[in-house]
Amino acid sequence: MKLDDFISNTGQWLKGRGAFSNIVMSSRIRLARNLVDKPFPNKARKKDLSDILEIVHQTADGIEFFKKSIFLKINELDNVDKQFLIERHLMSHEHASNPEGKALIVSEEEVLSVMINEEDHLRIQVMQSGFNLDETWKIADTIDDALSQKLDYAYSLHWGYLTACPTNTGTAMRGSVMLHLPALVMTKQINKVLAAISKLNFASRGFYGEGTQASGNFYQISNQVSMGHTELDVLQNINGLIRQVIDQEEQARQALLVQNRPMLEDKIFRSYGILKNAHIISSQETVELLSMVRLGVDLGIVKDVDRMAINELFIMIQPAHLQKIEGKKLSTSERDTKRASLIREKIGG
Amino acid sequence: MQCDICGKKKATVHLTEIVDDQMSEMHLCEECARQKSVQMEQQFGLADLLAGLADFGKPTKEEAHEVIKCPNCGMTYDEFRKFGRLGCSQCYESFKMHLSTLLKKVHGSNHHVGKAPAKIPQAEKDKIESFQELKTQLQQAIQREDFERAAEIRDKIRDIENKKE
Repeated sequence: MKLDDFISNTGQWLKGRGAFSNIVMSSRIRLARNLVDKPFPNKARKKDLSDILEIVHQTADGIEFFKKSIFLKINELDNVDKQFLIERHLMSHEHASNPEGKALIVSEEEVLSVMINEEDHLRIQVMQSGFNLDETWKIADTIDDALSQKLDYAYSLHWGYLTACPTNTGTAMRGSVMLHLPALVMTKQINKVLAAISKLNFASRGFYGEGTQASGNFYQISNQVSMGHTELDVLQNINGLIRQVIDQEEQARQALLVQNRPMLEDKIFRSYGILKNAHIISSQETVELLSMVRLGVDLGIVKDVDRMAINELFIMIQPAHLQKIEGKKLSTSERDTKRASLIREKIGG
Repeated sequence: MQCDICGKKKATVHLTEIVDDQMSEMHLCEECARQKSVQMEQQFGLADLLAGLADFGKPTKEEAHEVIKCPNCGMTYDEFRKFGRLGCSQCYESFKMHLSTLLKKVHGSNHHVGKAPAKIPQAEKDKIESFQELKTQLQQAIQREDFERAAEIRDKIRDIENKKE
């Protein structure tokens, strides 16, 4: 498997399947792990980093789940490739920005990715389509157990898994759910919902993770606390919270339909019309319009396009993806043209 | 809508800030938003937030002249306070007192309950031998329904109790 093969595949998490996939894009579990006898990446020397890469790579190679995965050294990737992996949610900006001694393992269907030597020695990420944290956790737990048969993890009976940042110590687990909440935004209730979420000690972020603004009405909600509760307790809490947010969004969608259906249909079909006909379009405009069309699909108003095609477009219309598809570097204006033609090709009818 | 900062370009980024329950909205063009986000990152880096909290675990006056340093990786507690990242797993032992307070602030608890790796480090295994620790372990194992582990621990406790007699 090669990096370029990803472009013709759809990541499992984008397939638009699973529970509540009309509102929930994907579920994700992230585990942070460190090796006991090596300094954390921020204090590690070049030799330590390359030793860690080697140990983790070899260990992963012997585990069934990693059989069809790809191992990438970040300093061997060009800027477009790095950006491409970030756009696919397989690695963080931080991992790309200082590439020395870092690597990434990605499984065939992009269900699993492991960042090596990011903030911690291992950052294991598992992603699934729809609202399915429990299943996602089971996969992550199994992979983590398999790795811990061979790797000596830094672990204390008292404090749990030891991580570079104390905000992760303990279970070192973050569960997050990506939600599409256009109706809460349109009915101006979103800030109330986000304020409540933060009061309950959960974090909300944008589509592209830490430090990003919400775009396309996507919000990623995750736990903050990692000590004093078991993994399953934490997941149960997130599940409860997410179910409530889903309810709120459902209600807001119904309210929009009942109170002002013509306005809603107009907004959705205008968005669809622009996407189907534009010849030059920016990524920001695309994301906003796609969000409306996705809402249209979810409400059964738009019938001739499926959710997976829309989900894929959110990823495909980004700069590095367009350049990978075209096979060469593109300027901003070239990308705006290429983006419009890609959208027409995918949903133009 | 024009950008709130430069007043020239079209506002495409809509920023909502919530400070002390007070919500404010800003509408910015892409360029000003980028500058603003750099400023915000500078103001509100996670490291700063943590450093703020880490002050609760600051050395007392008597200790202040004494630099606390991790013998394994050389990181000092001051360095940690500045960057918000520890240097190695030994730092947890080196800064134990301070971290205990800090973790309680961050998580509301400073005791792990949850899964354990297949291989537990030898130094930690030695600690298991301590009776009290075993009892806590037993409770935790039962809580997470890891009955296999609970049975192992129960046997160890019995062994120690038998020896006592």
